[in-house]
Amino acid sequence: MLAGIYGLLSASFFVSMDAVDVAFTEAAVGAGVFPLLMLTALTVTGRYEQTAHRRPRAAFFLVLVTGALLILGTLDMPPFGSPDAPAHTHVAARYIQVSPTEIGIPNMVTSVLADYRAFDTLGEVVVVFTAVVGVLILLTSGEQRQQSSPANAVETMRSHMILRVVSKMLIPLMLLFALYVQFHGDYGPGGGFQAGVIFAAAIILYAMLFGLAKAQAAIKPSILRLLAAFGVLLYGGVGVVSFLTGANYLDYSRLAADPVVGRHIGILAIELGVGITVAAAMILIFYAFAGYATGRAEAE
Amino acid sequence: MLPELYNYWVVIVLMMIGFYIVIVQGNLIKKLIGLNIFQTSVFIFYISVGKVAGGSAPILAEGVSVYSNPLPHVLILTAIVVGIATMALALALVVRIKNAYGTVEEEELQERDLRC
Repeated sequence: MLAGIYGLLSASFFVSMDAVDVAFTEAAVGAGVFPLLMLTALTVTGRYEQTAHRRPRAAFFLVLVTGALLILGTLDMPPFGSPDAPAHTHVAARYIQVSPTEIGIPNMVTSVLADYRAFDTLGEVVVVFTAVVGVLILLTSGEQRQQSSPANAVETMRSHMILRVVSKMLIPLMLLFALYVQFHGDYGPGGGFQAGVIFAAAIILYAMLFGLAKAQAAIKPSILRLLAAFGVLLYGGVGVVSFLTGANYLDYSRLAADPVVGRHIGILAIELGVGITVAAAMILIFYAFAGYATGRAEAE
Repeated sequence: MLPELYNYWVVIVLMMIGFYIVIVQGNLIKKLIGLNIFQTSVFIFYISVGKVAGGSAPILAEGVSVYSNPLPHVLILTAIVVGIATMALALALVVRIKNAYGTVEEEELQERDLRC
């Protein structure tokens, strides 16, 4: 619960510092997905801990010293919000001035994310994909858990009438909103990462309220696994296609006759790839944890 | 001069809270929560560096000439999603440790390792 509030709070921090795109992501991740993951992990590991801490005083001293040194370091930093800080004087100025005409879309965050720094983003998507593969290996290896008896721990919320009715109305809207965020990312805040997380949050909510088995029947894990790989493949594939047109890897300018249109197409395609991978990855992670918790509850 | 640096200090306080939790807590789950707080402090640091006084969100609009720096936003936006994915991986590891050792307390784990 506290983690959820913390996530929401830091999201509002980001809005106040003009980072709407980031705030979107943090709101969905910090307030939605992260606490749920923590809760399911806690049901597996147990909530009690031993209270004996090791030498907290030495640790406190170390932390104080490090903090004091860091604060000393900040005295040389540029003041908060100063327009001529070093961070704003190099590439950032070019992104702000040139990107609206060069890429042709108003949201600079999207154009930097999906065009100028498309390589970075490809790397991030691959990291997300790899993490999912890791989670799946760790939590579903060995005995493949059978879904023979779907009575499970995550299903305890089924009896809450109000929650069920409200969420039934909310989930389609959430899915719709995710799609809007996905395809409107060029013009407003949004994009593949945010959309993927929101979409996953909707499905996870469904799984919480109606049971894991029902959610898995609606969206099959095997299909999700394919989709997660497909998203990465789509992203990389766009790069290869731009290769074939004679441009550099992930340089979309020759995907169409007009370079601006070409870039637009490229950005839409890779954002789609990002969205598919992120959504599939988040849902798969939740399935893995919830399935593991269920399997243990049945074993006991 | 000094009040203008408060954003860094908020970041440092958060970061040190996370650091302290990571050092002192023996419970692996709590260590991960500490790491998460640490991570958020880095996010806030990046975003606050990207803020320009009087600037608006970096989405092209009529009549706005000063924008915040879009670059840190991009970096952190992806870092958040990657962060949750790696956090899930870490939680999965903890779950398996619990399965293999029956505990997630660091000291008990070390004892068990030494006895083997």
